[in-house]
Amino acid sequence: MSELRQQLLVLHLHTPDLNSGVVAWALYDGTGQKRHTTGDSETPPYSSVVEAMQDGWRVIQFPQQFPAYPGMEYHTSYLRFEYILEKLEKI
Amino acid sequence: MIDKKYLLNTEQMANFVADGYLRFDELIPSELNEAAHTEMEEGIIVRGRGGTVLDEVWDDESAVGKVFRLPEVQGIIHSLVGENPLYDHHAVHIVRPQNNIGQIWHADAIIDLRMHFDIQFFYFSHDTPREMGGTMILPGSHYRRVCETDIARYQNFLGQLPITCNAGTLFVVHHGMWHCAQPNLTDRTRYMFKLRLNPTVRQCQLWNTDDIDTPGIHGALGRNHRWYGNDVRLEIVNRIKQWRFLIGDDSFDIGYWLSRLENMPENAQDAA
Repeated sequence: MSELRQQLLVLHLHTPDLNSGVVAWALYDGTGQKRHTTGDSETPPYSSVVEAMQDGWRVIQFPQQFPAYPGMEYHTSYLRFEYILEKLEKI
Repeated sequence: MIDKKYLLNTEQMANFVADGYLRFDELIPSELNEAAHTEMEEGIIVRGRGGTVLDEVWDDESAVGKVFRLPEVQGIIHSLVGENPLYDHHAVHIVRPQNNIGQIWHADAIIDLRMHFDIQFFYFSHDTPREMGGTMILPGSHYRRVCETDIARYQNFLGQLPITCNAGTLFVVHHGMWHCAQPNLTDRTRYMFKLRLNPTVRQCQLWNTDDIDTPGIHGALGRNHRWYGNDVRLEIVNRIKQWRFLIGDDSFDIGYWLSRLENMPENAQDAA
């Protein structure tokens, strides 16, 4: 079995621009070293996706963008600009 | 009839619409806090049936009943859901000592399409410092259409608000508010009493409307929450619609947001 384990960083941005500011964030650590949880930090670990990339995080998922469904143009729901990044860490 | 001095004012109502909550620090007197705390510890609070008139759920000896019969609390209730609301349910939320994992983010119900809204009280009968939790809320999340724990993947937001407070503090939130219990790192058990109420009257100008024309409400209703990002203008539209419903005036607007979208002239220009 590989000695590499995945860490995931989920960043939600102000706009789809990868340089725009982070408005929400989450971390999931596959190394088992740390369990992140709700409300465990008041400031995001990076100011943007690009800053996280500069620190070695690899973007593995972009949010798809769809036109609003008819009748739902003014509804709000989930955070729309969600980027998922990964790092592989040796255990 | 409740004395007007206990009702919310227009500015408070606008804040409720914009933020989804109001807080009342140390509103409940100490002796009631201690008695309610004991009832929670002993697990003796009577559970009503959903849809019961609130006033019929707890007798005059119940400490929790006394809390919600206080004129100050009745004024909040009356302003938001009318004077004789229905009891939906209550829950005593308990977080054991040395619990270092936060609850997942959630809303308390499935997607709710109504403009009418329920309220939930979060009642903290004892001091709740940050190391004890308390409940985390996300101001401005109440109009988001999500189903319960659909939002469990999120962990942190700009502007998230951990409720830390002294004993006797009461929060009232819109039923759609996103929230989660926070870790309790102390050696004491944490309690929070939650009560959901349903309106039985049309929610229109139920508060003290003496200040209904105060210009400050436009600023409150246009308030940004930093986690909105690009969605802030959509949220303002949600609030304009809610405010129109609450004041019974379909022409109300903030700035020109909805008036612009509703401008669809049908009259033909006269030919020269």
